[in-house]
Amino acid sequence: MSQATFRIWRSRPGEAGGFADYRTEVSEGMVVLDAVHQIQADQAPDLACRWNCKAGKCGSCSAEINGRPRLMCMSRLNTLDLTQPVTVEPMRTFPLIKDLVTDVSWNFRVKKGIQCFQPRRPDAADGTWRMAQRDADRVQEFRKCIECFLCQDVCHVLRDHDKHDEFIGPRFFTYSAALEIHPLDSAERLGDLKDTQGIGYCNITKCCTKVCPEHIHITDNAIIPLKERVVDRFYDPVTRLLRMFR
Amino acid sequence: MPAAHSYAYDVLIVGAGGAGLRAAIEAAQSGVTVGLICKSLLGKAHTVMAEGGMAAALANVDDRDNWKVHFADTMRGGQYVNNWRMAEIHAKEAPDRVRELEAYGAVFDRTADGRILQRNFGGHRYPRLAHVGDRTGLELIRTLQDHAIHLGITVHMEHTVIELLLDDGRAAGVLAYDRERGRFHTFAAKAVVLATGGIGRAYKITSNSWEGTGDGHALAYRAGAELIDMEFVQFHPTGMVWPPSVRGILVTEGVRGEGGVLRNSEGRRFMFDDIPDNYKPQTASDPEEGWRYTQGDKNARRPPELLTRDHVARCINREVKAGRGSPHGGVFLDIAWIKEKLPDAEAHIKRKLPSMYHQFKELADLDITKEPMEVGPTTHYIMGGIRVDGDSQESSIRGLFAAGECAAGINGANRLGGNSLSDLIVFGKRAGEYAAASARQRGPVRLDEGAIDRAMKASLEPFDRGGGGENPYKVQHDLQDTMQALVGIVRTEGEMQEALDRLAAFRERAARAGVEGHREYHAGWHTCLDLRNLLDVSEAITRSAIERKESRGGHFREDYPDKAAEFGTVNIATRRVADGTMQVTRVPIPEMPAELKQVIEAEKQ
Ligand SMILES: Cc1cc2nc3c(=O)[nH]c(=O)nc-3n(C[C@H](O)[C@H](O)[C@H](O)COP(=O)(O)OP(=O)(O)OC[C@H]3O[C@@H](n4cnc5c(N)ncnc54)[C@H](O)[C@@H]3O)c2cc1C
Ligand code: SF4
Ligand code: SF4
Ligand code: FES
Repeated sequence: MSQATFRIWRSRPGEAGGFADYRTEVSEGMVVLDAVHQIQADQAPDLACRWNCKAGKCGSCSAEINGRPRLMCMSRLNTLDLTQPVTVEPMRTFPLIKDLVTDVSWNFRVKKGIQCFQPRRPDAADGTWRMAQRDADRVQEFRKCIECFLCQDVCHVLRDHDKHDEFIGPRFFTYSAALEIHPLDSAERLGDLKDTQGIGYCNITKCCTKVCPEHIHITDNAIIPLKERVVDRFYDPVTRLLRMFR
Repeated sequence: MPAAHSYAYDVLIVGAGGAGLRAAIEAAQSGVTVGLICKSLLGKAHTVMAEGGMAAALANVDDRDNWKVHFADTMRGGQYVNNWRMAEIHAKEAPDRVRELEAYGAVFDRTADGRILQRNFGGHRYPRLAHVGDRTGLELIRTLQDHAIHLGITVHMEHTVIELLLDDGRAAGVLAYDRERGRFHTFAAKAVVLATGGIGRAYKITSNSWEGTGDGHALAYRAGAELIDMEFVQFHPTGMVWPPSVRGILVTEGVRGEGGVLRNSEGRRFMFDDIPDNYKPQTASDPEEGWRYTQGDKNARRPPELLTRDHVARCINREVKAGRGSPHGGVFLDIAWIKEKLPDAEAHIKRKLPSMYHQFKELADLDITKEPMEVGPTTHYIMGGIRVDGDSQESSIRGLFAAGECAAGINGANRLGGNSLSDLIVFGKRAGEYAAASARQRGPVRLDEGAIDRAMKASLEPFDRGGGGENPYKVQHDLQDTMQALVGIVRTEGEMQEALDRLAAFRERAARAGVEGHREYHAGWHTCLDLRNLLDVSEAITRSAIERKESRGGHFREDYPDKAAEFGTVNIATRRVADGTMQVTRVPIPEMPAELKQVIEAEKQ
């Protein structure tokens, strides 16, 4: 068995923190999360990290590995250069709690502020609806989201410009898009997207799409169509005129 | 030493999986104040990992389905030691609960005429599982979460309950600690609902996340509540076996539902070699008929790969032991073969089983549309748990309710796939409803300051012992090895007695476990606190398994390989008695009403 070095961010609340190197055994098929667990068990029992499923399904184990936002449980060691130390850092867009664990509570607050699902009247007398699979497919792409918040981590509007109060970020554009194109939904969200949720700040760099572990086409399928709807509603003169007479 | 914060709610729910969230929604909608505590972030509970679907007799795909068939299937799967009242309620109410999810915004896969699509699963007579590809659990948890956050429920994330508090013999609240700071908090409540999920982490090979340490089982047990059926642990036949770091991760039964077949190293479909008599009339007589069944032919019978999980797991175990296994100690599960049958098989597989495709591709470098997978049994689910009243979900302690995997009864000796997610919403709702009603009738509660103080002091002892104490991870690993080796799929009296001796030794080691450092987000300290829960549930499993001297469902004894009539009428119960030891008793199952007996007889043909 061979060994590799992991350069892991260590910090405590209220302290500056820094990297510490750990050497550990690596074996076939291991992922970064396995290495972190091994280090936890043998060398640093107080090392903090989040995880649940270890199969890319829960979105708990987000981190920056060699500078790239990724899920630790889906980052296989054989895809990394093990002759160099592998750096493992917390997501930098969110306030640090300890080691690899960040305070992502902002995301939960943002979601609460988004107008929730409101179904139209049922289609059938028994209270059920009808929906075509192809309509379901479009919504399901967005509902695959595991809320890992890696897209939020990488978006420059949050990371570099700190617009947390005016911009909800790619995860919640995806969430809003899922509600907007939901065949049964009847609520109104476009005004909020324009006025308080900052969709205008997004300049379509597509960094969010690149890091999404669920391969959701965040920019092309969620953000751009939402932007178009906002434009159609609020800026297109013809629509505006028609609305005045309705 | 005072607790950092004291909270008070009418109803306190411990656990934010499907059961806890559904309970919270119901209680909040009825107008009481609701607090919800969970060990992880919201939306990350184990439920998120569920894949295949949730069972409900909607009859959207096959109109012969109805609650009676679902009830009979559940009882047959559970080998008739289920709480029949729960099985009845579950079968009757599941369709409404599933439809309600759609009103909350869930988007299920559709039939051609636009209704909720249902798929085949082991032990279910008709296609019955409402699903979303193979990520049904994510859809369920996200739907409930997104609905719940608008109902005024207070959520305490990353808080771990370490003690259940009683007032005059009734549940009155809990003591918890928060991970971020490691501070203690008290929660007073007029009713408490436990929805803490399973115990998979008592075993080495498991599909469960770190949360599955049996906390609710153990909290209730230590408070004096009765557990039943703890010997019934479900070993899912298909977990990943390679590479080692992913061993145990689940491969959904949906793969077999879509036509996947099991083969040994000789290429033989060994499941055809051993079909239990009571399932013969419903099982395909040849591969061709089995294939037609998976493709929706209503006149075909199911392939033997879709027999109940306990049976399939034992058959795999047998093949491996007989030297007919795959290179890494499993057998082959092949879905790629369907290209012989379907023109566009590759796209079909990716659409029907997207996360399985993804999981094997990324974690094992294997393309399931081209090659067979290697699979073997993994500890998946516990049928046993807190004994509850079938209608109200109240435990043997007043004011203490339980729902979901930590409650027992609906599944008997073996759970059918898909019956857990539906159980969560059916009984989660009921637990929330009855807990709220119970809270409304109750005056103010008093918390036992002495008990709180003792629990806080005991929790901090690992820090007093420091780095010189036992490494908690080592104790945990050794315990998992023991349960895996001695109280696993195939059990004997001698091995289980040996397990009890070892568990006693682990208890001593756990009492010496020590950690260094600060209390904030300390994984090692958390493991110390998990240990007593793992020890209590492991002991309950072992003692119950020793008591049941027969084989039934998930419980297989090599020394008693057959079913015994005397055990067909009892549940094994464990409870803590005054001197702190575990008492094991046999409790008779109440007589089933004549109407339900008739339903079972009518469905037997
Ligand atoms: C990979 C996989 C696939 C599955 N697929 C299916 C399927 O297709 N169909 C099906 O029906 N079933 C399936 N199951 C089973 C099903 O997912 C579980 O039985 C079910 O999700 C359990 O739900 P629950 O609400 O009881 O608990 P969980 O979802 O396990 O949630 C438990 C909650 O309790 C909290 N908790 C635990 N202890 C404490 C404590 N001490 N303090 C505070 N909070 C605590 C946790 O944080 C969590 O929020 C699957 C299971 C797995 C592992
Ligand atoms: S495309 Fe928009 S949302 Fe995505 S990272 Fe770029 S600016 Fe942010
Ligand atoms: S959209 Fe993708 S990257 Fe963003 S939170 Fe969801 S899964 Fe993660
Ligand atoms: S642990 Fe669940 S996504 Fe990594």
